[in-house]
Parts: sequence; structure tokens; C-alpha cells
Amino acid sequence: MKRYAPVLLLAAVVVAVQLLLGAVKSEFLLTQLTMSAYYTLVALGLCLLMGYAGQVSLGHAGFFAIGGYTTAVLSTAAAAAFSFAPWLSLPAAVAATAVVAFVIGVPVLRLRGHYLAMATLAFGFIVSRVILGTALFGQADGISDVPGIRLFAGLVLTGKRNLRVQNYYIAWTLVTVGLLFAVNLIGSRVGRALRAIHGNEEAAAAMGIDVGRYKLAVFVLSAVYAGVGGACLVHFNAGIGPGEAGVMKSVRYVALVAAGGMGSPGGTVAVSAVLTFLSLRGAFGLYDDAVFGALLVGIMLFAPDGLFGLVPALRGRR
Amino acid sequence: MGADQLLQYLLSGVTTGSVYAIVGIGFNIIYSSTGIINFAQGEFLMLGGMISVSLSHSMPLAAAIAIAVIVTGLVGVLLQLAFISWLKNPAVLRMIIITIGLSILVREASLHIWDEKVRALPFWSGNETSSLAVLGARISPQVLWVLGVSALMVGALTLFFRHTLTGRAMRACASNATAARLCGIRTSSLVTLSFFIAAAMGALAGCAVSPLTQTQYDMGTSLAVKGFTCAVLGGLGNVTAAVAAGLLVGVLEAASISVLPLAYKDVVALAIMLAILFFRPEGLFGSRAASE
Repeated sequence: MKRYAPVLLLAAVVVAVQLLLGAVKSEFLLTQLTMSAYYTLVALGLCLLMGYAGQVSLGHAGFFAIGGYTTAVLSTAAAAAFSFAPWLSLPAAVAATAVVAFVIGVPVLRLRGHYLAMATLAFGFIVSRVILGTALFGQADGISDVPGIRLFAGLVLTGKRNLRVQNYYIAWTLVTVGLLFAVNLIGSRVGRALRAIHGNEEAAAAMGIDVGRYKLAVFVLSAVYAGVGGACLVHFNAGIGPGEAGVMKSVRYVALVAAGGMGSPGGTVAVSAVLTFLSLRGAFGLYDDAVFGALLVGIMLFAPDGLFGLVPALRGRR
Repeated sequence: MGADQLLQYLLSGVTTGSVYAIVGIGFNIIYSSTGIINFAQGEFLMLGGMISVSLSHSMPLAAAIAIAVIVTGLVGVLLQLAFISWLKNPAVLRMIIITIGLSILVREASLHIWDEKVRALPFWSGNETSSLAVLGARISPQVLWVLGVSALMVGALTLFFRHTLTGRAMRACASNATAARLCGIRTSSLVTLSFFIAAAMGALAGCAVSPLTQTQYDMGTSLAVKGFTCAVLGGLGNVTAAVAAGLLVGVLEAASISVLPLAYKDVVALAIMLAILFFRPEGLFGSRAASE
């Protein structure tokens, strides 16, 4: 039961925040909270990769962008040319992200340390350059006027004002389910195998763990988290720009995971939700990127276990 | 494509390639003395360019460049002393994240000092319209400056590593730090020195190339990735092999413009890097051991 404490806590906080904002008539804040949920999904996926498989990815914004641009193209240009059920572009976007992650992951995950970091950085760079250079993706302008998507039971994935509360719950339900899945995964046989890989790849292999397959699986899974986040945010924002694929975005996700604690999905969600929300509200002003840079350096120098690792009582519990 | 056009591509490729090579050498110098890949390497070129542009308004060009090189070198030293020197056996992942964070901080500081405008140092000789005829191709004299400065730096570095006591101590430190310490080499100050050299070299290259490609606060990342491509292509830790690798990457990139849209130019170098990492992680000239 203790394992699910972060999930229950998250669900409670999500509901409490909505009720509170409704009570004080500040529901406009739900917009940024919804956006921050989708970015948090990316951080959560990266947390699995960094914290449990011990692999770094400096290209996660690339996966976010692949998910986002796929659904954007499918629901604008492609929807005009062919006819298919609009909701299909969501699973298609996630599938595209997974396929790219698989194809990239097979060779990339053979690399370690600096090589892996640079290879993923290069991947992110290539994605952002391809977007900037391709007319289909709108180049520097990005894609706008992406319609909302009717899901089921009257739920619509859109940024329309009157559906704000509904979309807040859609987004944070996704995060909660993502967290639940992550927590379950970590507690399972797979999670133990991943921790063994993180500790010592050779030893894990000697114990009969198929290191390559596990690493690849987590890599694809964490890309899927990013792809889902990207695809949903595009419909919420009604558009996407090349900035989403930028290297700085990828670095931000790494910063969020580092600050949340690499082995702590709950911590990552907490830190990411708060910092991304503040950043989207413009709380850091001109120093937005600098805040994330300073966070990276500061955390890695003084608290490599993340912000929550600073509290001794919490440290003992993990 | 005519022969003179080919030569034009070749020369422009060699020019950018020599800059990539300098970045790659910077990676190698720091890597061989610390085992760290300094993701902030590209920022040194930006700093060199920015500082010299600002100073060039109030003093002769040569003095502005000299000061920019020294100041950037000291920034390198400062970063190493403040953020890296006191960590004992940090994990690779931790070091990667720290140097990435530092690159962001340097970039953001530059953004606030200088703003986001694109700047350029004046041409070292002549101006933007002057050109020299080389075997039928027309090139800016600045191209010769870039090539000359790069060649000079590589030459000086080779002499330094081969024939001076400090340079040989650095090589000893790179091949086995513990053994070097036992021989009475003060490894910690050599590490600091390696940051100075890498930063100062980067700054000089940044000054040399600024009239041609301009300097902007966010130019560092793509330079770092391409410089790393050269370092890996030549074999990480193999200082001079990065030169050949740099020229190769530069020429391929320049040639790609005649086949692919201009927007994809940056993709070429990175695709080369990924291919090398996947198929020959020890580099074109390196030994297997380098990839471990």
C-alpha cells in the first residue's frame, strides 16, 4: 500500500487544487496547470529511463515533438486530404514515437556515458533541424489551428475555455495513470531487473537479465510517455512550434528529473508540476533558462539525490 | 559542378572544419586529463567572439583578441575550480549534467551581458568585399587567417605535448593519473591548466571565425555537438586526430549543400557522428580501448 502513497497523494492534490481554484475564482490558472501536466508526463518517462535504467537522454524533446507533430499533421493537412476518424491521430502519434524510439534505441543503447549523452543530444538536434527545414512541419512557424479531438463520453481534448476543467482532469488523470504504471513497474520483476542494470550492467547480465532488451524497452516506454504528452498538448494548445524540439527543452526535462530525484517518480512529478507551472506563468521572467541551468548545476553539486534527498527523513525511506 | 566550384566548396568546408577541429581538440584536452566531456566547450568560442567584439570598439583588434583569449581561458579555469575540482570521483552522468548546466549558465549570462543580437568582429585584414584568387576560386582573406590560426594552434599544441616538461606531465597524467601523482606530478593543477588551454584555444578560434560566421550567444551547442563529432571521429583522447576528422566533417558538410536543402546542413555532421558511434565508436584512427 505504501507503494501507492504518491499516486493517491497526487490524485488528492489534483482534485484539491481544482476545487480551491474554483472556490477563489482563479480557474484561468488551470490552463497552465494542464500544460504543465503534459510536460510532467515527459519528465516522468525520463525519470524511468534515468533513474531505473541509468541511461541519460538529452533528446526527449525530440520524442515530444514527434508525438506532437505527427498528430498535428494528421489532424490538419492529412485530415483535409484523406478521411479517417479524427481520434485515430492520437494512437498514430504515439505509435510513431514508439517506432522512432525503437529504431534509434537499438543502436544508441549500445553506447554508454558520454557517447550515449551525445548521441541522444544529436538525435534531438536532428529532429529540431528536420522540423525547421521541412515545409510539411511549417518550418519556423510551426503548425497552428490544430482542432480539438472528441474522445469518448463527451470528453474533448481542446483548449476551449468552457472545457477547461474537463481538460485539466484529462491531463492530470493521464499523469496519475502514468505514475501508477511507473510505480507498479518499479515494484515488479521488471523494476528489480532495471535497478540491477543501473547498479552494474555486467553483474545484471551475469544474473541472466537480458540487459539490452530491458534497456530498449524502458527507452521506448519513456519515449511513449513523451509522445503522449506531446500529442495531447498539441490539441490543447491548438498548435505546436519548433521550439518544443529544442535542445534546451530536452535539458529542462533532465533538470526536472534531477531535481525530483532520479529514482523517484513521485518526486519528479511534484517538482515538474510546480516548476513547469511557474515557468509557464512567467515567474522566472528573463531568467527562465538560467533557472533551469542553475537548478541542474546546483542539484548535481549539492544534492545528487534530488531536492527530496536533502530531507534526511525521506532519504531513509527509499 | 566545375572544378573551381568544387574548390570553393572544399575551401569553405576546410574553413568550418578547422573550427570544428579546434572544438574537438578542446574536448580531447579536457577529456584526456579528467575523463570529463565538457559540454560547455562550444561556449568558449562564443565567449571569445563576444568579448573581442566588445573590446574591439575601444582598442586595436590584436589587443582585443589577446584579452578575449586570456579572459576566456580564465573563465575556463574558474569553472573548473568552482564546479569541478572538488568533486571526488563523480559519476559520469553527474559530470555530464553539471557541464550541460554550466553551458546553459554561460550562455544565459552572455545573453544578459550582450543580448541576442548577432555580432561580428571586423575582418582581420581587408574587409568583407576583399577576396583573394586561389586557383580560380575566390576566397576571403579571413579564410586564410582561420586556417593559419588553426594550424598554428595545432602545431604549438603538438610541440607543447611532445617537448615541454609540462606538456609531457599532462600526457603522463592522461594515461595514468595515479602513476603520474606518484612521480611527483601535481595532477590537480594540470587539470586546471587543461581547462585554461581548451578555453583559450576555443576563444581564439571563436575570434578567427567571427568575421565569417558571426557570433551569437546561442552558437555554442551546435558547435559542441559538431566538435564532439570530430573528437569521436578521430578517437576520443587522440588530440591531433581531431584535425583530420574536423576537416573531413567540414568538407562533407559543405558538399552536402549541393545535394540537400541548406536547412539540413547541420544534420549531416550529426548523422556522421551517429554513424560513427554506432559502427566504430573507437573512431577512424583510434584503438578499441578508447570506447570503453
